[in-house]
Amino acid sequence: MNFDFSEEQKLLQQTARDYLTEHCTLEVGRAVLEGGGTHSESLWKGVAEMGWLGAAVPEEYGGAGFGRLELALIAQELGRALAPIPFGPSVYLATEAVLEFGSDEQRKKYLPRLASGDLIGTFAFAEGPGRVGADAVATKFDGSTLTGTKFPVADGGIAGLAVVVAQGASGPQLVLAELDGVKSDTITSIDPSRGQARLHFEGTAAEALGSGGAAAISHLLDRAAVLTAFEQIGGAERALDETKAFTMGRYAFGRPVASFQAMKHRMADVYAAIQLATSNAYYGAWALSTGDDELATAACGTRVAACEAYDLAGKEIIQMHGGVGFTWEYDCHLFYRRAKLLSLSLGTPGEWRDKLIDRLEA
Amino acid sequence: MDFNDTPEEAAFRKEAIEWLEANAERLAPGKRRQSGIAGTGELMKAAKAWQAKKADSKWACITWPEEFGGRSASSMQRVIFNEEEAKFDVPPNLFGIGQGMLGPTIMAHGTPEQKDRYLEPMLRADEVWCQLFSEPSAGSDLAGLRTTAVQDGDEWVVNGQKIWTTGAQESDWGMIVTRTDPTAKKHAGITYFIVDMKSPGIEVRPIHQINDSREFNEVFFSDVRIPDKNRVGAVNDGWRGAITTLMNERASIGSGGSMGVGIKDLLKLARETEWNGRPAIEDPSVREKIADFYWKLKGLEYTGYRALTSLSKGATPGPENSIGKMVGAPLRQDLAAFAMELQGAAGATNDPGDTPFGGAFQQSWLGSPGLRLAGGTDEILHNILAERVLGLPGEIRADKGLAFQDIPTGSAR
Repeated sequence: MNFDFSEEQKLLQQTARDYLTEHCTLEVGRAVLEGGGTHSESLWKGVAEMGWLGAAVPEEYGGAGFGRLELALIAQELGRALAPIPFGPSVYLATEAVLEFGSDEQRKKYLPRLASGDLIGTFAFAEGPGRVGADAVATKFDGSTLTGTKFPVADGGIAGLAVVVAQGASGPQLVLAELDGVKSDTITSIDPSRGQARLHFEGTAAEALGSGGAAAISHLLDRAAVLTAFEQIGGAERALDETKAFTMGRYAFGRPVASFQAMKHRMADVYAAIQLATSNAYYGAWALSTGDDELATAACGTRVAACEAYDLAGKEIIQMHGGVGFTWEYDCHLFYRRAKLLSLSLGTPGEWRDKLIDRLEA
Repeated sequence: MDFNDTPEEAAFRKEAIEWLEANAERLAPGKRRQSGIAGTGELMKAAKAWQAKKADSKWACITWPEEFGGRSASSMQRVIFNEEEAKFDVPPNLFGIGQGMLGPTIMAHGTPEQKDRYLEPMLRADEVWCQLFSEPSAGSDLAGLRTTAVQDGDEWVVNGQKIWTTGAQESDWGMIVTRTDPTAKKHAGITYFIVDMKSPGIEVRPIHQINDSREFNEVFFSDVRIPDKNRVGAVNDGWRGAITTLMNERASIGSGGSMGVGIKDLLKLARETEWNGRPAIEDPSVREKIADFYWKLKGLEYTGYRALTSLSKGATPGPENSIGKMVGAPLRQDLAAFAMELQGAAGATNDPGDTPFGGAFQQSWLGSPGLRLAGGTDEILHNILAERVLGLPGEIRADKGLAFQDIPTGSAR
């Protein structure tokens, strides 16, 4: 039994944490949020130089050649730092999609540029309010061109490459489209440090990505769910740390507010939620890294647990700060925003609960 | 990250399996092992016989030092043996309180004579032990205990009442904490003894619980005499021994396996129960609920794997393991209640012949409030996590610095 990361992997995680502590304080995210920018370009460049964008990409395609376990730990640290960069859409979705389903030609063409950060990738599946399963997607792919509107698309305004879910001749499938010349509108976001856009495909040149159909779409989401969970757990841990630090130093009725049992018990509940999420995510990471069939159910549990933990930590940090927690000046809202943004991406926790039962009953 | 044994663990597992194969029958498919923490009659007899058989081949109390009859095994090896033993049709171990909690206290604080006299019969289950800690007004606040011991020559005279004593009626010996100096501060006037449960003046009254079982007891002490040679540790220094016992209690509770009906049973129930002519599992509200039970229970299971991993790297069980009971006990209560709701009006019946799973969900629902209280209430476990894991401030104590006799206790004031 060794249900833990190795010492080398933990060392890599520590390196990531040290780098981000120096280069990605909460001020960096706040600057993007307040400045109306799309992301922190200097952090994106730095992260690329650290090799994180290509962490799981083989060296022959310009990556660092680590595995998903290493990528998961990097994700956890980016989550902890609330990094204002398009890491998730570009790495867990676009890069993973090309790696998993791309032809050798597609891999050679796109992976080195994705790994270097020259090209930002994204994943376009939603088509407006409501739940849209892959079968009901309206965007059409005729074998060489795409037609339809996707929104919201995370970082759709800055991405150069999109993995798109579209209806092909024999059902839903993954399609690869370069976004030069594709019309996009910026949509405001509950977390303005992470941008959202509407993409209009109007006979846009595109090519099929693999031949896996709906199963491939679902598998890609499973992979991204596990990696995103680590980002969520890192964010939730940071929110709890910040809550603890504030309540230990804030006095009321002559005592630190952290000494009130009502506060202690709520923090213990947040801690427990994070532990359940972490343990589920470890299992998900194990399944992802070994290619085990368990990934299908593990991803569902991992996804729901991580959404629950971060949403809880993001709500509680504001309540436990009291009135100042609701002010723009304090950082609590950064966590509240990011937690909800991530739990609405990739399909909501409700959709994943449903999927979990489907898979257990399959 | 993998679920395989290390070569050493695999070798140990093989040795354990070989011994079990040679000495017991494997469980038939679908058959459950009987469970329990206390027993009487045939179950007790069978449990003792199995324990003696294990002791003869050094498979009893394997984590105990070799000098006391164990094999100095690691916590990980204990887990491996328990995993394999659970696949065999053998009686439950009804001796965990003695072997897991009281034996280690005697090893740490007992005299050489006490170790010689008591440990081997405890390991073999020739003698059964109980723990006499809780009192009607001293549960979570254990050091608030009021049972007194007064010295009389080379004996002590004990008066008072203990409660929630598991298996007292079957026990040969008990470990008891008593008040020996009410003028000292509350933790400083406690002394710890070994008491012969057949002594004159001891009366054991079983407590009839809401789930109809009677594992716990009230135990009354009227002028019970304990020889001074049965004192564990120094006079008025019994709190140290109590802490050793409680630490070992946490370690042994933390390693407990699954209890009763679980998620697989719930899924089966939802598949086989009809709601308006359709399997209940097709209803969105049912799917949502079961999904939540699933990831929470899996989260606890995998948290256990993480704890095992740190055990296998030589760590000792820490306070973070309290999450298993803090989350798990209320979760089991909710799961059982939901399973009953799935059964509709028939959920109110628990006749074994007429009720799905022989009424096991109903039985789990009736037993689960006790799970939430035993070994620390939900609130105590929250405090443990908040204070010992997160490092938040301790509770403000109104009794701090007071002599015990000046502290308001119990429910009378």
